[in-house]
Amino acid sequence: MSRTIAIEVLRYGPETDAAPRWQRYDVPFTDEMSVLEGLQYIKDHLDGSLTFRWSCRMAICGSCGALVNGTPKLSCETFLRDYFPGPLRIEALSHFPIVRDLAIDQGDFLKKLEAVKPYLINPDVPAGNTFVQTPEEMDRYYQYSQCINCLLCYAACPQYGLNEKFTGPAALALLHRYNADSRDAGKAQRMEVVNAEDGVWGCTLVGYCSEVCPKGVDPARAVNQNKIESTKDYFLRFLKK
Amino acid sequence: MQVIQADVVVVGGGGAGLRAAIAAADVDPKLSIALVSKVVPMRSHTVAAEGGAAGVTRADDSLEHHFHDTVAGGDWLCDQDVVDYFVAHCHEELVQLEHWGCPWSRKSDGNVNVRFFGGMTVQRTWFAADRSGFHILHTLFQTSLRYESIRRFDEYFCAELIVDEGRVRGVLAICIATGEFVFIEAKSVVLATGGAGRVFRQNTNAGTVTGDGMGLAYRAGVPLRDMEFVQWHPTCLPGTGILMTEACRGEGAILVNKDGYRYLQDYGLGPLDPWPRAKAMELGPRDRLSQAFWHEQQKGRTIATAQGPAVHLDLRHLGAKKIRERLPLIAEAAKTFAGVDAVKEPIPVCPAVHYTMGGILTNVRCETPLPGLYAAGECASVGIHGANRLGSNSLVEIVVFGKVAGEQAARFSASGKGPDVTGKARAASERCLAMLNVSAGDRLATIRDAMRDAMESGVGIYRTGETMKTACDALAGLAARWRHGVRLDDRSRAFNTEWLGAIELGFMLDVAQAMAHSALNRRESRGAHMRLDGFGKRDDDGYLKHTLATHAGGHSPKISYQPVTITRSKPEARVYGGAGKQAVLT
Repeated sequence: MSRTIAIEVLRYGPETDAAPRWQRYDVPFTDEMSVLEGLQYIKDHLDGSLTFRWSCRMAICGSCGALVNGTPKLSCETFLRDYFPGPLRIEALSHFPIVRDLAIDQGDFLKKLEAVKPYLINPDVPAGNTFVQTPEEMDRYYQYSQCINCLLCYAACPQYGLNEKFTGPAALALLHRYNADSRDAGKAQRMEVVNAEDGVWGCTLVGYCSEVCPKGVDPARAVNQNKIESTKDYFLRFLKK
Repeated sequence: MQVIQADVVVVGGGGAGLRAAIAAADVDPKLSIALVSKVVPMRSHTVAAEGGAAGVTRADDSLEHHFHDTVAGGDWLCDQDVVDYFVAHCHEELVQLEHWGCPWSRKSDGNVNVRFFGGMTVQRTWFAADRSGFHILHTLFQTSLRYESIRRFDEYFCAELIVDEGRVRGVLAICIATGEFVFIEAKSVVLATGGAGRVFRQNTNAGTVTGDGMGLAYRAGVPLRDMEFVQWHPTCLPGTGILMTEACRGEGAILVNKDGYRYLQDYGLGPLDPWPRAKAMELGPRDRLSQAFWHEQQKGRTIATAQGPAVHLDLRHLGAKKIRERLPLIAEAAKTFAGVDAVKEPIPVCPAVHYTMGGILTNVRCETPLPGLYAAGECASVGIHGANRLGSNSLVEIVVFGKVAGEQAARFSASGKGPDVTGKARAASERCLAMLNVSAGDRLATIRDAMRDAMESGVGIYRTGETMKTACDALAGLAARWRHGVRLDDRSRAFNTEWLGAIELGFMLDVAQAMAHSALNRRESRGAHMRLDGFGKRDDDGYLKHTLATHAGGHSPKISYQPVTITRSKPEARVYGGAGKQAVLT
């Protein structure tokens, strides 16, 4: 039942390598084994120094993103059988600094997430009970609340590759998630981020972010809607002058 | 070694840790709160919780119902004063999450909907489709970004508690990216590190769920309570253990064996009709359902799959629309990880380890016996779960008691500073460094896999004195090998997950031994602790008491007992199924 696949991993250790290098492992696998399980097999049995993040192994924690044959994927829901006989090439998500092997530095995204004020801003909270929000009102933002922060969209975004100041797909989708929430009153505060040079106007509509999103969030659509909002915002401010 | 000062350190960035950090910051914005987590908080295992969180909501429900469901569900091993506090504070915390943005699923009138869960008299489980934990965690994490006084230490691994003169003084942590040590000196510490399901092989838990906080507290002399009570969730994918939420059954899914027979009717959960009805058949509690699977397996009535025996969880009659609305993650996960279209085919499922009912001993204020140390969430044993937790009680526990722990720790931090303990922290860092330089001994995976096999075969759904004794002996041998040293391939400091894995394995071995010895010493059957060797009945005269496992260095844990607080619900027969009226699913 078990077959063997060649897995090549782009390795980099700050203490041991001047530059990233490819390393090949031959991994026995069964049909149900994910790419993540292939990496775990290597770590357990072949090379304990191979470094990668993982946690839930069910595509909800967002830890295990990597480039699999050049495409951003969650390694837990990508299967070795689909790449037999290999070689299957795994490397860190592009556009982020590598800390070690497949572990990237997520710090830039975390700063951007914080900058979009991803929380309800509303001083008028109903006392002792929940807001009333109809399913239709929920539908306006629900899709964008599904972002697991896996960063595949940043690895897919050519604009982020060119300009790391670009707020980027996931953070803009989450910004829209709160702006579109009927319980929120903080839109004006977030429009500064939307309107900024590195806000929605940094996007050139490639749309690859939505293609790689494992949760169907469609950040490109969120960005587009905010281009409309930003334009309206501009003219409204113009009229007020 | 860097030294950083904080008022309160929270270890763990899941739901309980984030709620604690926010609560501590709300007590006094001048306090400095350090939030230490070995993963960026939104990766924490809370993210994987699916079904929902309980809180009395409907007009036909009451706190009294929630109290009785919880106490009976726990086979009377719950502390009833704590359960009273708990059920009284669930609703307000779920409302608080809503005010922070949690997208709870709604009824058409715009109010929050509730669904059925096992062992609950009335629908009272708030849910965000079947990604409830994901939404709770992201809501809490994103809300925490508002608080300037919460300083995050993302991807810092907490290796030891620093204790001096009988109180906790901070934590020694490793910055994972660099491997550098940092001593976070604090006046109080909250442990919110989650459970320990990874000590078993087939489990629903994330790789991070290695009992770190339990190990930290245990080594610092705090007893672990009721560790023999490990929950098997009855419906998980064979092999991986990936969870198929109880909400499937809350929405009406059924369980059948290889003959297409709804076997639960044979195990005190029937009769079949009228169906659905509360606390019967598929809406029974998890311990009973996992035990029923075991019996079906003994009778040869399970379905053989490449990943092991299974029964069928059948959602087909719910229809594509309801599955898409209420159970989208289940549909997705069944497709991806089992190759099954839940709209058209039943899902093969089996029990897998899911939850540790026991944990770090605390009282209702989340105080451990070690002054300054608090615990909340799955790592703690605050006293609400007893011998079996009801589904959807834990997801609300993390916010109810996370808040208590944060507030208490914040208040305690007003106490003065003690003498300099940097030397103790440095000594702890040297112990960690020594593990990095081991060049002989077993590989990490060798000891880890042997531990998991010992637990699966010795401390499973059904246990005997002999199997548990075998497990205890095997674990003692493995712990000795771990102490002798785990041979690492990786000697570097930066992001050395093999090194951290060796430290985690030490915590897991401690926790596993506490579980196995606590189990061996409980000579009765109660809740999730089931024995086959002549102790098959609950024995209230002998064992209506909590087990305490106390760390004893390299020796087996010391086992002692503590009374259970019974206020108004005297132990009686724990009955599910039986006659009842048909429920209308919402």
